[in-house]
Amino acid sequence: MVIFLSRLINGISLGSVYAIIALGYTMVYGIAKMLNFAHGDVIMVGAYVCFFAVANYSLPPLVGVLLAMVVCTVLGIVIERLAYKPLRQAPSLAVLITAIGVSYFLQNGAQLLWGSNNKMFPVFLNGDALSLMDGELRVSVATVVNVVACVAIMLVLSWFTGKTKMGKAMRACSEDKGAAQLMGINVDTTISMTFAIGSALAAVAGVLYMSSYPILVPTTGSMPGIKAFTAAVFGGIGSIPGALLGGLLLGVIEIFAGGYISTQLQNAIVFAVLIVVLLVKPSGLLGKQIREKV
Amino acid sequence: MKKLRNMNPAVRTNFLTYAAVLLAFAILQPMSMAGKLSPTLQGQLVPVCAYVVMALSLNLTVGVLGELSLGHAGFMSVGAFSGAVAASALQNAIPSAWLRLTVAMLIGALFAGMVGTLISVPVLRLNGDYLAIVTLAFGQIIKSIVENLYVGVDGKGLHMSFLQPTVKLGEGGRMILNGPMGIPNISKISTFLAGFVLIMVTLAVIFNLVNSRSGRAIMALRDNRIAAESVGINVTKYKMMAFVISAALAGAAGALFALGQNTIVASKFDFNTSILILVYVVLGGQGKMWGSILAASFLTILPETAMMRDLRDYRMLAYAIVLILVMLATNSPVLKNFFGKLLRGKDEAKKGGVK
Repeated sequence: MVIFLSRLINGISLGSVYAIIALGYTMVYGIAKMLNFAHGDVIMVGAYVCFFAVANYSLPPLVGVLLAMVVCTVLGIVIERLAYKPLRQAPSLAVLITAIGVSYFLQNGAQLLWGSNNKMFPVFLNGDALSLMDGELRVSVATVVNVVACVAIMLVLSWFTGKTKMGKAMRACSEDKGAAQLMGINVDTTISMTFAIGSALAAVAGVLYMSSYPILVPTTGSMPGIKAFTAAVFGGIGSIPGALLGGLLLGVIEIFAGGYISTQLQNAIVFAVLIVVLLVKPSGLLGKQIREKV
Repeated sequence: MKKLRNMNPAVRTNFLTYAAVLLAFAILQPMSMAGKLSPTLQGQLVPVCAYVVMALSLNLTVGVLGELSLGHAGFMSVGAFSGAVAASALQNAIPSAWLRLTVAMLIGALFAGMVGTLISVPVLRLNGDYLAIVTLAFGQIIKSIVENLYVGVDGKGLHMSFLQPTVKLGEGGRMILNGPMGIPNISKISTFLAGFVLIMVTLAVIFNLVNSRSGRAIMALRDNRIAAESVGINVTKYKMMAFVISAALAGAAGALFALGQNTIVASKFDFNTSILILVYVVLGGQGKMWGSILAASFLTILPETAMMRDLRDYRMLAYAIVLILVMLATNSPVLKNFFGKLLRGKDEAKKGGVK
């Protein structure tokens, strides 16, 4: 029972990080209808920025996170402007390849700038926050921070997309870009804003992910990127609650698969579950089933 | 020459593609035999052939069927490992390297085709990005499975185990596939000639398929699935046909590739490899087979050329920038209009489009 609970908690902790990354994927997909493969590498850039701020300039961790968010936000907007904006009318495959190009660019750029050797990410979330069941079940600070960050981000995002003018503009753009433009919404600014938010979230996720898996290399971002992308599809891509649900489920499944079945087959099981879910619900758990019209 | 000009444009393109591959082989093979090629280029001959076949087969899924696949390296992996295991196990039974390579490639194609059939069941239910993610997931699953597979051979035949290296071998038995360590000490039996033959066979299969009744049905599905269905085209059958043929060809390419290497490991055929092949297809032009051949051979050799090697550390960065710039140049509306005006009259731009 204790093992089950501690695995569940670990799964939720990992799942919260996936959910934050998946939010970035899902928002960009909902509005720009593109799979932003470079998202995972933005995570990596965020982690490096925080690493250097904390390890080399001995800034407090919170400042490091904020700095990483600022850098990633700017990076996200620049990528969108230079690489994706000229391709707004292009076929989706062309945009996908460009995103892959950006991903390669970020990985190799990071390798040139910061070297390919492993960097140990400083641990600043250590110790146990809670001790339950006579000290048998411990909940680490990192877990609490992950879950709190994930819930807070979800609440803020729900408020943002539901209540603010910019959020409403985003929803309008995801429904119908042409109609939104006719209503006086600046589609370009809205898309840039989406990238900015997604990238800032990626920076937060990068730092949180590093607190659990502290080895930093230029390809660090790709695996959580693919997993979070899977989580976004799992929950129904384009849906914000879907990203949360997908992320959490994916994290729990991953930890359970590793714990109860086999660590070597962990990833295979995660992806097999995804395929089964898509077979039963072809547009994800909370995705909208779009009727085809002729 | 006059006969060439009077041909149907599609037939002419196919004919010229065959001729160009033949010409390239006719130039490179004597140079390779005479040892005139640089060692890096010499070593790249077989992998280039394998990647060309991979790009051609993926083009069948992406360009002709019009579905995005992000797990094509998975089929290559299945073909590579089944082919290499077969070649190793049959070492004594079939002494002729040529025959053994052929058998290995056929077995690779068979296994990859079987996996492709299995995968096509969920794939056929889905569309667009969901289909892409399922292929990605299958690519990862195949990689995990192969990484945990242990295969050995002794007098009684093949023995295998999963997850734990507990293969019990009889007298004179030896391990072939060692889980995450892959297959070491492969006897290199792939030749440039074999690669050339495989490319020609692949081209023949694809061109004949595309110009047949089935091929037209597949392209009709790509252009408008609902319209195609309403005129009685069996969606499941033709989607499956394209997908399985594509997988089988990738399997043969995998076997060719594996038998040209000293060792192969499952992590070689990961998501990045799938993406790399997709890049060849998109850069070469979806549905254009000659484009895939050019892009695959050029981009495989490019990082090895002297010019790129001068850039050393910057070469992958340069590769990324080239990729982005080419996509921008070929798809940005401003530049497209400019080139469209230049090419007007030639209806090249309209053909082979994928939604």
